[in-house]
Amino acid sequence: MNFNWMAWTGPTAAFFLIILGMLITMTVWEIRVPGGAPRRGILGFETTRGDRLFVSLLGSAFIHIFWLAFFSLNLWWAFALACVYAVCVFIWV
Amino acid sequence: MRLKWLVPVIYIFFLLLPIYWLVNMSLKTNEEILSVFSLWPQNLTFDNYRVIFTDKSWYSGYINSMIYVSINVVISVTFALPAAYAFSRYSFVGDKHLFFWLLTNRMAPPAVFALPFFQLYSSIGLFDSHIAVALAHCLFNLPLAVWILEGFMSGIPKEIDETAFVDGYSWPRFFVKIFIPNIASGIGVTAFFCFMFSWVELLLARTLTSVNAKPISAIMTRTVSASGLDWGVLAAAGALTILPGALVIWFVRNHIAKGFALGRV
Amino acid sequence: MIAKQVNQKAWFMVLPVFLIVAFSAVIPLMTVVNYSVQDTFGNNVFFWVGFDWFRDLIHSERFHQAFLRQLLFSGIILAIEVPLGIAIALTMPKKGWGVPLCLVNMALPLLIPWNVVGTIWQIFGRVDIGLLGHTLAALGIDYNYTQDPIAAWLTVIVMDIWHWTSLVVLLCYAGLCSIPDAYYQAARIDGASRWAIFRYIQLPKMHRVLLIAILLRFMDSFMIYTEPFVVTGGGPGNSTTFLSIDLVKLAIGQFDLGNAAAMSLVYFLIILLCSWIFYTVMSNVGEESSPKGGA
Repeated sequence: MNFNWMAWTGPTAAFFLIILGMLITMTVWEIRVPGGAPRRGILGFETTRGDRLFVSLLGSAFIHIFWLAFFSLNLWWAFALACVYAVCVFIWV
Repeated sequence: MRLKWLVPVIYIFFLLLPIYWLVNMSLKTNEEILSVFSLWPQNLTFDNYRVIFTDKSWYSGYINSMIYVSINVVISVTFALPAAYAFSRYSFVGDKHLFFWLLTNRMAPPAVFALPFFQLYSSIGLFDSHIAVALAHCLFNLPLAVWILEGFMSGIPKEIDETAFVDGYSWPRFFVKIFIPNIASGIGVTAFFCFMFSWVELLLARTLTSVNAKPISAIMTRTVSASGLDWGVLAAAGALTILPGALVIWFVRNHIAKGFALGRV
Repeated sequence: MIAKQVNQKAWFMVLPVFLIVAFSAVIPLMTVVNYSVQDTFGNNVFFWVGFDWFRDLIHSERFHQAFLRQLLFSGIILAIEVPLGIAIALTMPKKGWGVPLCLVNMALPLLIPWNVVGTIWQIFGRVDIGLLGHTLAALGIDYNYTQDPIAAWLTVIVMDIWHWTSLVVLLCYAGLCSIPDAYYQAARIDGASRWAIFRYIQLPKMHRVLLIAILLRFMDSFMIYTEPFVVTGGGPGNSTTFLSIDLVKLAIGQFDLGNAAAMSLVYFLIILLCSWIFYTVMSNVGEESSPKGGA
């Protein structure tokens, strides 16, 4: 078995490790404090921690794409924006 | 409202017309197809079908398709049963998100996965085998099977489980002896849907096979010969691919309406 | 909703499914992500290009057009198939010998391999040997789906209606069958109009299956590949090149890995967003409408 074709790079490996880390953190958190802290946020339906994480990640991906589409500035700005967005999601959604 | 019955009749006529045309063409010779325009075969011939049943490169396609579809249905239903039971009866860490993630795979376009699939299955030495196609089709069939079965299982009252456990049944014995008979029609419907989506899929099946496991639908694309398209044989091959589906529908016709409710109405 | 027992051991029952699907889903997805940030000249030699592929893709006219075509196609499909499916489901017989006859015939197109569907319509629409094309030509209508983009679009749309309306019909029919007769009797006693019965009895009961139908039809039309590819090959020109067709052209036709990977990811993100919206709406509708009795 040869997995060279997957063409791993440092940054993508780090990216997936961070995602994996997030999933592990969420699992541990869920086991420590079960129930997922459900609440009704500004979107008008019940969300749990996991939902908020998903909304943050998906939204961040779209923020990056739109940044590429409309601005020529460095992508780290989009990253910063995505972080702010994620914090907002965890507070209000 | 007196003419209400006309609507389904017209619709069915619209559905059957192109199929009729295909069958009609498969019973004509190539000369007749290209020279005369006729609503039914002027001189009926079964030569096109004879070509398919005698040429190994043709009929092996049907056998290959049948093999990987069967493997896929067996894998999907067997593995989905306990998983669907877990989803319908228990709550566990990450259950909702796992369920959603499974469903997103049902929605993911096969085109996205085609190329990496080719490399993945080549690297583990499964390229051009039936099991590779069956496993690849599990990507969308397993989630579907879990989804449908979960719907059916949620309709079974929990008291059945509890009574059985009080009566001293172990979990595997309860599952096989009591639970499975209760959702037999659900299993049938699930198998039907798995058969359907595995049978009709082409992109992944074609990407993952070259000779030994090539499905009939991929073989059909090669009727372009030196003398142009062999319309008659193409039509005959197409008509034959409709048969297994028609047979399967006939077997599940009494459950089909319930099945389409996905047990969730 | 029944309160479910908390049981972490249930993970073991889900584990096999999780592993099989993860094997087929996660490894390819990771590979696509890896490809999307690199360029290659073959032989497994890759070099880092960062987000250039994404930047190219987002600004490429070709992607915009494929995307717009895709949206237009899915929109048209939904706008025709859903009302048509409801109408046919409402007129279908409820009992008697007509029921299995309707069900079997209507389910038939769903079980035809997708490329055979394409072949059927390719033949059916041809002016020289096809019934449809020949008849239209005999009526003096200029119809040629290999040359005229509008004819190609019409062919692909009619083909999709032929292929998939049955799914909507069968789903709605299943929903209608679950309405007890008592509801209709009550409505008759109240002297409810046909419209009122539809609006206040049948539609709420179909609510859930209808959502499933819209979800499945939207998603499946959004990733349609085989049928239009067989009929038109994406042409004439690029007029029926939908997202999947474009993607396969890039990845396998031109072996343009990085570009195709970036496109796959954007495509996948859009699908993910749509699935999530549908899923959230669906589970919330399911929870809210039951205590109110459906409104």
